Order: sequence, then structure tokens, then C-alpha cells
Amino acid sequence: MSGAHHIVLIVLFSAAVQSGTTLLYPTIGEIFAERSGILNLGVEGMMIMGAFFGFVVTYITRNPYIGFLAGVLAGGAAALIHAFVSITLRGNQVVSGLALTIFGLGFTNFYGQRWINLRSPVTVSQMSVPLLSKIPYIGPIFFKQDALVYTSYIVAIVMWFILYKTKVGVHLRATGQNARAADAMGVNVYATRYWWTFFGGLLAGAGGAYLTIAYAPFWLDGMTAGRGWIAIALVIFAMWDPLNAMVGAYLFGGIDALQLQLQAVGVTIPSSLLNMLPYLLTLIVIIIATLIVRVKHISAPKELGIPYNREEK
Amino acid sequence: MAEYILQARNITKKFPGVLANDHINFDLKKGEIHTILGENGAGKSTLMNILDGIYYPNEGEIYINGKKANIRSPFDSMRYGIGMIHQHFMLVDTLTVLENVILGLKDQSFFINKKQIADKIIEISDKYKFDLKPFAKIWQLSVGEQQRVEIVKMLFRGADILILDEPTAVLTPQESEALFEILKKMKSEGKSIIFISHKLNEVMEISDRITVLRKGKVIGTVNKEETNPVELAKMMVGREVLFRLQRKPLERGEEVLKVENVEAYNDRGIKVLNKIGFTVHKGEIFGLAGVAGNGQKELAQVITGLRKATSGKVFLLGKDITNQHPLVIANSGTNYIPPDRLKVGLIPNLSSIDNAILRRYRKNPIGSGILVNYKKAREYTESLIEKFNIMVPRIDAPVKLLSGGNMQKLLLAREISENPALLIAVHPTRGLDIGATEFIRKKLLEVRDSGMAVLLISEDLDEILMISDRIGVIYEGRITGIMDAKDADVHKIGLLMAGSTEEESATVH
Repeated sequence: MSGAHHIVLIVLFSAAVQSGTTLLYPTIGEIFAERSGILNLGVEGMMIMGAFFGFVVTYITRNPYIGFLAGVLAGGAAALIHAFVSITLRGNQVVSGLALTIFGLGFTNFYGQRWINLRSPVTVSQMSVPLLSKIPYIGPIFFKQDALVYTSYIVAIVMWFILYKTKVGVHLRATGQNARAADAMGVNVYATRYWWTFFGGLLAGAGGAYLTIAYAPFWLDGMTAGRGWIAIALVIFAMWDPLNAMVGAYLFGGIDALQLQLQAVGVTIPSSLLNMLPYLLTLIVIIIATLIVRVKHISAPKELGIPYNREEK
Repeated sequence: MAEYILQARNITKKFPGVLANDHINFDLKKGEIHTILGENGAGKSTLMNILDGIYYPNEGEIYINGKKANIRSPFDSMRYGIGMIHQHFMLVDTLTVLENVILGLKDQSFFINKKQIADKIIEISDKYKFDLKPFAKIWQLSVGEQQRVEIVKMLFRGADILILDEPTAVLTPQESEALFEILKKMKSEGKSIIFISHKLNEVMEISDRITVLRKGKVIGTVNKEETNPVELAKMMVGREVLFRLQRKPLERGEEVLKVENVEAYNDRGIKVLNKIGFTVHKGEIFGLAGVAGNGQKELAQVITGLRKATSGKVFLLGKDITNQHPLVIANSGTNYIPPDRLKVGLIPNLSSIDNAILRRYRKNPIGSGILVNYKKAREYTESLIEKFNIMVPRIDAPVKLLSGGNMQKLLLAREISENPALLIAVHPTRGLDIGATEFIRKKLLEVRDSGMAVLLISEDLDEILMISDRIGVIYEGRITGIMDAKDADVHKIGLLMAGSTEEESATVH
């Protein structure tokens, strides 16, 4: 293989990691919400809230990190609406989640009019990790990125550790599998579910904010373009495991980056067909993942989507 | 007062439309085994859930060691040293024993110190000869082992007062014996135990004192030495109880059901029927005894066409019905009372009429073309309600509003009115009060007398012994023994339920 090919591939894979980061944050967030028993189909809505507030605050403050934080909080705030409806009011989680998605898209459509096509004056800067970035192939792909990408690595690893190795993780897994048992053992089911739903929102906001701050630093109406839905599909692909989520996120990020590059070099395939690729892959992946999940006897948290009521007979 | 470790005063708990506990007074002495005896629906579980903080009472107080206790959640009750072992285990089956034991503990460090906890679990486990492995997943354990995990969980938390809600319901007689030994050992170490049951013989074996509940009220508290099963039954039910039901002598007719070497898998893909074979004849009740989860549910599903048999054959009146469509099987003369009346038997949100006609809406006169003749349907339902004495709030009210007994009567009425050659009844009286239980059992005997073949699958050994003509025992998906009901005794059936074969159990005698 010639050197030029090398560079093309490294650029492609590096773009895959960036695109994948917009998916990795929300996927991990949704994994933890679902592990607690709350299905939140509002990921797309929370992401676009994060994307919008991330962009606007970055634009105003000219500090992408403050902007990122604003996006994170916007996603968290949106998730609290879902938490209130599905935990306190014990409403239907599917309906509430869909409403949240529609709300997020509508809200940003309305307030986003004057920001359309504005470019962000600043973006996050790339920084090479000493030593690690020198590893052939791996280094330039994974360790010549920006701080927000590195943060996502840390989040994935730390959250894996929390899930499987800590008391908090045991409480979380128990709550999603058997809320009554968790409650009988003194775990606060409501607080656990509130916190992890909120956490899911924070990370959905982070994914959205990364999109408008780093990956594509401008604002377009509806620019999350279904990434929230892909994240929900990735939760199944990842079998509710944060490290598997990395694999899934970069795979989809790769498809996304590939279709952009193909369009850029002017391949004669119609762009609408290329745009379709990630969604087609989502369908395929869901089918395969469902089969694997069945063979391996892994299942969704048993009480996913079921409200908990202590005094119910 | 040091003598009483726990006192409940005037506990009252209302649920919509039900007064579950009506000014209940109850005392637990330190170091005693105190049984709460009562029928289903007498309010035993409600009272225990109040002590455990799952429910909060509308009135009344609880005193622990003479001091008023404010128990608002299971976590509070744990702080007062109360540990409850629920009838449906509070275990998370995808987690390990260790993870279940520490679940909810506030004094654990953020990172789990597995070594230290495992040591302590093994220490408790060894003390009572439990032989538990801290890193096994709950779903890999037998029911008896899961119960021991529950006990370890409570002891790990330092519980002094243990509440066991019908702990023997899921055990073989031998496992129950082992549990009683454990309870006696814990008592000798100063633990106070509340034991909940409706089985008179075990109550007489294990208790120091017995408090009887009926319809949410305390009927009385007696010392074991000063009472007997007949008196307890009378206190529990409020009238004399029939221990034997009337029946015609057996007229065993032709073979109706033949199950031959059937194998099948459960929902998890584990083989649960293992070359099972037996026959049921016209005019007899064949009772199939066994501990829950040995393939009973799947067997009924295979016969009725709801689950695929991977090998073997099922014959109905000589005709091969293996793996036929459920409708075909039903129409060729098999009717079915499933174990779960609300999930499989009835459609909770539909009316009595809609539920009553589920076997008939396809056929004349209730079904006419693509339409349902609701006038005929209503008449038919009214006739069932009258004939089976079913209490419904309104005939077109959702059946979920009926009491358990009336739901079961409606289900039974629907199924036996088809006059099938074979009736399969799975746990037909589970969760019913004594009145409804007697009614259902009498009806089963009635259809037997009229010549129907009845396959009765039940975990209630007393029920099997009471109404069966022949008894088979199922263990790990195969028949470990078949005997005439008149030759049966509990000890022998217990051994077969635990997996020993007929020859082995014969040598024990």
C-alpha cells in the first residue's frame, strides 16, 4: 500500500472516531438509564437540545468548553421532564420519550431560526497525547484528537468500572432487573432511576454538543439527523455494556465518515443513497444483535419501561 | 418490657375496597417461633409487609423492644433488626449471591471488597451448613438454595427478627424439614422468628405460639401445646372443614391421553421435559405432583399445543395431536385451565361476556358469520354465572374486578362447559380461599364422575392426595413414580419429588 493510501485511511478512521464520539456519549447515557429500568426514547430530542445550547453558548462566550457544559446541562434538564413523567407520574415511557424528541426538535427549530448557517467562531483544538500518539496507526487515529474525545474514552472506561465493580453499579443493575427486590433491600428505586435518567440526559446533551462544537461547528435545523435513534439501537448492539458501546459507536462513525468522504470525492452514487447507509446498517445491526442476544441469554433489563409502585399488589 | 421484642398495636391497613388488616394486635417474644396462620386473603402478608416497611399502615403502632418504631421503608425495618424473607424471593437473578447479599447496604465502601464479604458469607453459610458459593449467579441455584441466600442476606445484616412468608410453599417435604432444622437452630441462638403458613401440620411442628387471622382480624393467639389441627382449622375458616370430599367409586375407562417420550425446552432453551410418558383414562383424575419448575408448566403447554415438543408423541383418544395448532387440539377435545388465570386464562380488561365466549365465538349460535351475536353471548354468560354461582359486579365489567375465586370459577365454567374428553387443570386452586377451593375441587370430582379424564397438575400435595385417583410425580422433566392414590403417602411422594426413583424410595421403607 502506498503512503497516500495510508494517509487517506488514517484521515478516514480519525474522522470515524470524531463522528463516533457524537454517538458514544448518548449511547452510554442511554445504557445507564435503561439499566435502571427507564426507557428514554427522547435521546434525539435531548441531543438536539445539547447541540443547540452547546452551539449558542460557545458562540456567545467564545469558549467551547463552557459551551459543551451548557449542552450537557441542557440534555440533563430535558431528561428530567421524562424522569418526572415516567417515575413520579408513572406514565407511559414510550409516549413520554417520543414527546421529548418532538419537543426538542420543535424547540430548537423555533429558537434556532436566527442561528441557522452561522459558524462557530472557535472550536476545540486538537492535542496529541504524549507517547500514545506515536503508536503506529492507533496513535494518529485515537490519540491525536481533542479533549472532548479523550473525555469520552474516560467516561466509557470509568462507567464500565462503576457498573460492574462498585456498590452503585450493583444498585443500578438490581433496580432495572427487579425493582421490588432492590426496594426490599433498602435501595431507593425512585432516586436511582431519577439519577440515571438525568445522567442519560447529560450524556445525550454531551453528544449533541460535541456535534455542533467540534464535529460540525455550525448550526442547522434538525442537525442531529437521527443520531439519537442510532444511539438507542447501539444500546442493544452494545448489550448494555459501555465498552461494547465504543465498538458500536466507532463502527457507525466509520460509516458516516465514509459516506461523507465518498460524497466529497464525487462518487457517482446518489448522495441520498449514501446518506441512507447508517440507517440501513442500524437495521442490519439490530437484527444481528437481537439474534446474538438471544443465543447468549443476555436480555434487556427485565423491568425496562415498567413503572415501579411500592404499594401495588 | 424486655420479654417482647416486637409488638404491633391496632394495625389497620385499607386497600381500595378491602380492609386488609383490621386493628390487629400481635406480640413476638424474644427467642420464639410465632406462626401467623390464616387463609389466603386473611391479611397475613399485608401485616408482614407493614412490619417490613413495604406498606405503611393507616392506623396503629409498632414497638421494638418496648420503644415505638417508625418504619417507613424496608431500609428502616432493617435498622430495627427486622429481616423478611418474602414468598417471592427478593433476589435479582442476574446478579451473584454476593451482589445480592450486599444490595442496599449503606455501610459498604464504594468499591466492593469482594474478598472480605465472601469470607463473611461463607462463615454464615458454614455455620448453618448451607454450602453457598458467593460468586454463583442466582438463576443457577435451586429454589431451596435461593431461599438460603435470602436467609444469609438477612443474617449478614444482623437481623434479630426474621419473618418468613410461606417459606415451604416452594419446597419439597424434605427441604422443608431441613428448613425447620435451620429455624430451630436460629431460635436456639436467640433469634425471634415469625413464620407464616396455612399448612396445619407444619404449623404444629415448628411453632411455639400461633396467632390466627381471618378476614383481616385476629381470631386468637394460642400456645401450641394447648391446641390441635382441628381447632386451628376451625379458627382459620370459621366453620368445620371437610378433609375428605365425596366421590363415586372409580370407573376407569378407555385411555384418553397418552404422552409418549416427550421432550421439550423452556424459554431459556434448557431441556425441561426428558422423555416423559404417562396415560390418563376416562373417569379418573390423574394428579401430577412435583416441586415448581420441574417441567409441569411446559408439559401442559406441549399437550395443549402452546409449546413445541422436540421429540415424542401426544395422543388424544388414539389420535396423534403432537404439535398441532392449539385450536385444533382444543377442538378435538382438550380443554385447559392454565396456571396463571390473569395472564393466560382470562383477558383482564375484557368483560365477563367476552371472556366467557372465548371458546364459542367462532361457532354458531354465538358466532354468526363474521359477527358476534351479543344477545346470545349475554344469555350464555348469564347461564354460566348462574350455574357456577359466580359473583360479578356487572356482567359487562372487566373481569379483573372479580375476586380470584370468581375469576377461577368463570374460567372453569368456560372450559368444562365444552364438555371435553380431557381437562388439564394446572394449579386450579392456587391463591383461592377455602370456599372457592372446595367449590373448584368438587367441580373437578363432578366432571370426573361424569366420565371426563382430568389431568391435575399441582404443587399442593394435599390437593393431589385429596382428589386424585392416581398420582404421578414429576422431577426434572420425567416421571419418577406413579401410584394409586390409596397407596400413596407423603413421605414416599416427597422422596420421588426430590428425584429418587420408585425403586430407591421403596428400599427406604
